[in-house]
Amino acid sequence: MTATESAPVEVDVDTDEMIASRRRLLDDGKVLRLSEIDAEQVAGDIDDERMIINMGPQHPSTHGVLRIMFELQGETVVRSKPIIGYLHTGMEKTAEDLSYLQGCTNVTRMDYASNLFTELSFSLAVEKLLGLEIPERATWIRMLMTELNRMSSHLLFLATNGMDLGAVGMMLYGWKEREDVLRFFESVTGLRMNHNYIRPGGVAADLHDGWEDGVARLLAGLPKRLDEFDILMTGQPIWRDRTQGIGVISTEDAVALGATGPILRSTGYAWDLRRDMPYLAYPDVDFDVVVGTYGDTFDRFAIRLNEIRESMRIVEQCLERMPSGDYRTDDRKVTPPPRARIDESMEALIHHFKIFTEGYTVPEGEVYAAVESPRGELGCYIVSDGSPKPQRMHIRGPSFVNLQTLPHVLQGGLIADAVAVISSVDPIMGEVDR
Amino acid sequence: MIADLSFWIFSDYAVSTAIKLAVVMLIIPLTSLILVYVFLFKMMAFMQSRLGPMEAGPHGSLQLIAEALKFLQKEDIHPDNADKHVFALAPIIVLMSTFLLYVVLPVGPDLVVEDLDTGIFYAMAVSSLSALGVLMAGWASANKYALLGGLRAAGQLIAYELPLVLAVVGVVIQAETLSLQGIVHAQANWEIFGIGSGMPFIVTQGIGFAIFMVAAQAELTQTPFDMPVAETELVGGFHIEYTGFRFLLFFMAEFGTAFAFASIASVLFLGGWSLPFVDPTANWLNIVGPGVMLAKILFLSMIIFWVRFTYPRLREDQLQKFAWKLLIPAALANIVFTGVFKVAF
Amino acid sequence: MSELVRSYLVVALFGVAAVGMVAVMLGLARFLRPTRPTRQKLIAYESGVDPSGSEWVQSQVRYYVFAVLFVVFDVEAVFIFPWAIQLEDYGLFGLVEMGIFIAILALGLGYAWRKGVLRWA
Repeated sequence: MTATESAPVEVDVDTDEMIASRRRLLDDGKVLRLSEIDAEQVAGDIDDERMIINMGPQHPSTHGVLRIMFELQGETVVRSKPIIGYLHTGMEKTAEDLSYLQGCTNVTRMDYASNLFTELSFSLAVEKLLGLEIPERATWIRMLMTELNRMSSHLLFLATNGMDLGAVGMMLYGWKEREDVLRFFESVTGLRMNHNYIRPGGVAADLHDGWEDGVARLLAGLPKRLDEFDILMTGQPIWRDRTQGIGVISTEDAVALGATGPILRSTGYAWDLRRDMPYLAYPDVDFDVVVGTYGDTFDRFAIRLNEIRESMRIVEQCLERMPSGDYRTDDRKVTPPPRARIDESMEALIHHFKIFTEGYTVPEGEVYAAVESPRGELGCYIVSDGSPKPQRMHIRGPSFVNLQTLPHVLQGGLIADAVAVISSVDPIMGEVDR
Repeated sequence: MIADLSFWIFSDYAVSTAIKLAVVMLIIPLTSLILVYVFLFKMMAFMQSRLGPMEAGPHGSLQLIAEALKFLQKEDIHPDNADKHVFALAPIIVLMSTFLLYVVLPVGPDLVVEDLDTGIFYAMAVSSLSALGVLMAGWASANKYALLGGLRAAGQLIAYELPLVLAVVGVVIQAETLSLQGIVHAQANWEIFGIGSGMPFIVTQGIGFAIFMVAAQAELTQTPFDMPVAETELVGGFHIEYTGFRFLLFFMAEFGTAFAFASIASVLFLGGWSLPFVDPTANWLNIVGPGVMLAKILFLSMIIFWVRFTYPRLREDQLQKFAWKLLIPAALANIVFTGVFKVAF
Repeated sequence: MSELVRSYLVVALFGVAAVGMVAVMLGLARFLRPTRPTRQKLIAYESGVDPSGSEWVQSQVRYYVFAVLFVVFDVEAVFIFPWAIQLEDYGLFGLVEMGIFIAILALGLGYAWRKGVLRWA
């Protein structure tokens, strides 16, 4: 959504604080611009009681291939520098060589824990360029699927967060519940991940018969599990000791660093694109934005745990109110003719062939469409030159931006806290490196 | 001289010692086998809705043997910068500490390698030897993670060693002996307010038992006190550079020590091989005793591993706080209460 | 040979046996395991990148105060054990005396606590 379309949002942050934050972060952020060799050098000269230790790329708690260079004094983190790029696959560049129809296969692989959101933001961007209205049922299906995806992504977070803090049991409980959601995805899209399900113009296939039962089963089973997680983690003294007051970030700092999603919300700043810049049919459903108070690791954990509950509310409403109708637009420009027509009409055959080889053209212009992914604002920016392929596609990845907060947040903590904090940012490296 | 030597070799003393040695050498790998299979493989798997290993042997019971054979075939890598001798020595010291613990463990009225007078005191001293091995491993590996792990292990030693030792004092006051065999006998003959005979000390030493188990958890570096290992922070900590068989030594020592600590706890607080209302001098206890003891040990190990699989990891400073502000004052209070109890009744 | 020496000879034997067992098994494994050292393999592990700087660095040990306290209390524990065995004979006198001893130490711990030493500095 462009800024003109939605109401300007009231920003209730202290302006003086904000300026101070920016200045402080400029200093903190210097480390991000240092080269690795320089970062090592500086540390060695200052004080020989400090040591540089690399965490990652091959490290169990960096969620893939994130590398963080720590400058330690004892076990206290003096400075840290996240280094990325170990998973760079050139997806954004690849997108320039794929038609708009093929684009979704590409973007879905970025955030491999919540694939549907990248598909959604890409589709929304393309549809906005085309000026395409999608049928109501498609909108609700998208909402249902992305909310389920949010649940699965947050369940994965609960699992990895537990694991990073040493609770092995939690890791498997989280994965087990997530597996149930993925099984439902498989029945709808055919794949557990990398669905390529949400496409410009609607979704790839209608929900299968009996999907209501599948969703109802998920909704029936999960609340009990979530309550168990509450017992196992939330109310657990060791868990609280390890997470409360750790990795604290203020609202001003979070805003200055561009952090969104649970990190921003943990500071008490209720910013959720679903409510503040609504897309799909979110204005029609009833849900609450979960916010924290202290901006610490515990808040980020609790927000995600409770967002699963909120997502379940939305899914419930989707289940009740799923409209009937078409699952994709009948605009012949983006939707291929039905299979039956191809057998009888030469034009239909040619049209089908053209759509799947050359693709459809999209009017010239540039567009940005953002959705609230489980990690924050996920935006897709497309520049079109009127050809069937985007001239430039860029994804604003929330994990990438949120990683910026690390040098600031890790400072002064112990290395054991660092693991908890990295985990609470929940970075997905596929989306960071793109 | 030669006659003297042959006398020594064939003496009862030498023969019995050799038999005991052989038994212990068999038992230590066996105990790690039991603990790893029953708890690490199966109980953990069932707690996490998995099956655990199923292929090697019936229900995967031979899995650990397969693993051991695998480790034997792995290359023995010494990092370039490592301090070669210390690096090689460290796992041996850790395993030696486990070995020496088994010397004093009684499993029946006559079944004990050597009933040392200093019994429990000796066990405490020997068990802290493993921390030395861990520190050596951490330092010699020439690896930053290992160094941090080793330092954490040292820090942990000074946090849990005291509660462990002080928790034992309560039992010693009641038993009036340090010998582990003596402590079992004291429990077998103990009457509380004239009721029953052979009540275990846990009846009056509940606090001591709790402190001992928490401290033992830390000594064994099991979660929530596994900071020296901490896979997700230090990627294995002090044993990060160890490969193949040397790594297996650490592994074996970890579970062998877990077993030994569970047996010490069962001797101190649960009556060891003795049963309530049973004459502790009965000869048949030599047969049944080990079984009774094994049941108690498995029960205590279950608690240790149950906690390990459930709780998240504490932080180093939180362990220190926990030990100095809660465990040590509680242990001191326990000593005073037990003393008053002893003198008053 | 006295009983005492005898019993500790067993302890020594067990120590030797532990070393022996490890030596034998390591020796046996020598025939099974490959030995193909390469330069890359012998570099210390640091999450997949070349280690930066020296591995043996001076590191601030944060718990030295704890270590000092530990020594004090460990010595105390040594004094408590003989008393604990003989408590029945000493009776009330022994109890009061050890009460004073423990109280002094507890006072020391309380002092350290109050002074904020028991915090991870």
